[in-house]
Amino acid sequence: MNALELRHVSKTYGDGAAEVHALRDVSLTVEAGALVAIMGPSGSGKSTMLTIAGSLEEATSGEVLVAGQPLSGMSRNEKARLRRRSIGYVFQNFNLLAGLTAAENVALPLELDGLSVRVARGAAMKALGELDMAGRAARFPDELSGGERQRVAIARAVVGERRLLLADEPSGALDSANAESVMRLVRSACRGGVAGVVVTHDAQLASWADRVVFLRDGRVTDQTAPLAGPESLLAPGHRQ
Amino acid sequence: MSVPHALLALLSEGPKYGLQLREEFEERTGEVWPLNVGQVYTTLQRLERDGLVEANGTGDESQHRRFGITSAGEAELADWLRTPPDLASPPRDELVIKVLVALRVPGVDVPEVLQVHRRYLVELMQQWTRIKDDGDEGDLGLALAVDAELFRLDSVIRWLDSAESRIRRHPAPPVKRAAPLPKLRRTTGVRR
Repeated sequence: MNALELRHVSKTYGDGAAEVHALRDVSLTVEAGALVAIMGPSGSGKSTMLTIAGSLEEATSGEVLVAGQPLSGMSRNEKARLRRRSIGYVFQNFNLLAGLTAAENVALPLELDGLSVRVARGAAMKALGELDMAGRAARFPDELSGGERQRVAIARAVVGERRLLLADEPSGALDSANAESVMRLVRSACRGGVAGVVVTHDAQLASWADRVVFLRDGRVTDQTAPLAGPESLLAPGHRQ
Repeated sequence: MSVPHALLALLSEGPKYGLQLREEFEERTGEVWPLNVGQVYTTLQRLERDGLVEANGTGDESQHRRFGITSAGEAELADWLRTPPDLASPPRDELVIKVLVALRVPGVDVPEVLQVHRRYLVELMQQWTRIKDDGDEGDLGLALAVDAELFRLDSVIRWLDSAESRIRRHPAPPVKRAAPLPKLRRTTGVRR
């Protein structure tokens, strides 16, 4: 089953002369375990695509399915439950709650979903441990470096049984070493079966994906071919 | 890649045989640059002729001789490490030429041409990143060599992005097709 499917999705803001077409007839399928990058310049509609895929915003037309479930048939409560249980978000500016420790931030979506504090904290500690952050679990966000904060955000995005990871410029505020480390974590989550979608304007970030989809003016204009084996790089014509 | 200087660098650690040098060269460059053994021995002979290495083994066959760096070789290596490669003269970049030509060819969708190249470059970057991802995270040689390729390809993509935005802001004036040539009268024979 596809973890995420967008079928002919369009999104329009405003009307009349102020009408803006943010997305036009966008279709996209992301299988479980795959990492897809959406690449495009500012204003190409990539962040809108991510918020619609994550049910944070509604499409003007078209259909979005998460784990085979159409969002259009869901009540607000059902969508909220889907967001808490199945979808993880990572943003450029981390979006951690300043008054909560790293562990409390990671446990929060599980607690909101009705899990006991003990069970939620246990799952949070496990997720932080997998990202080498167990020793920083009791720290508040302002006591952590940028790279550490993003690790906490990733732990929060994959904690529990989440199957879809949506990331908007997840390493935008980080140096290249930390950016690579973030993408290694995202790839590792995908190897564990999570479907990942990363939107970015940065080719280095996009190159971690199995497939790169190019967005221009709200339309999907192109995508990369399936990945060739590394031996193709050593073929004549590629060598410098 | 300067093979002579890479060999001098390996020999600066102590005398080595040719086969050993080939293995260490590939290992240190993350196996990104395969090197054949014939190339190693030819290079060693040249370095020996120039007094930059000396063979301290016996026998005529190169594979039985152990090579060591001389003090002239050490000076050459130190000098090479500090000499910047020639980046000053503008390269005649084939991609730049293609884009400049595309602007002048009637009916060409230039952003589409740019996208074809962008996609190809991103596909190359995906392959390099996969090599880095599959490799050992502690393999410094591999990581540095792959990063160099990634930054180089990334800079070309940035240029394509910037070119596209510049072309959108200042579209080139449409190129007029020249009027068709008048029909030539068919002639027979070849005029010399």
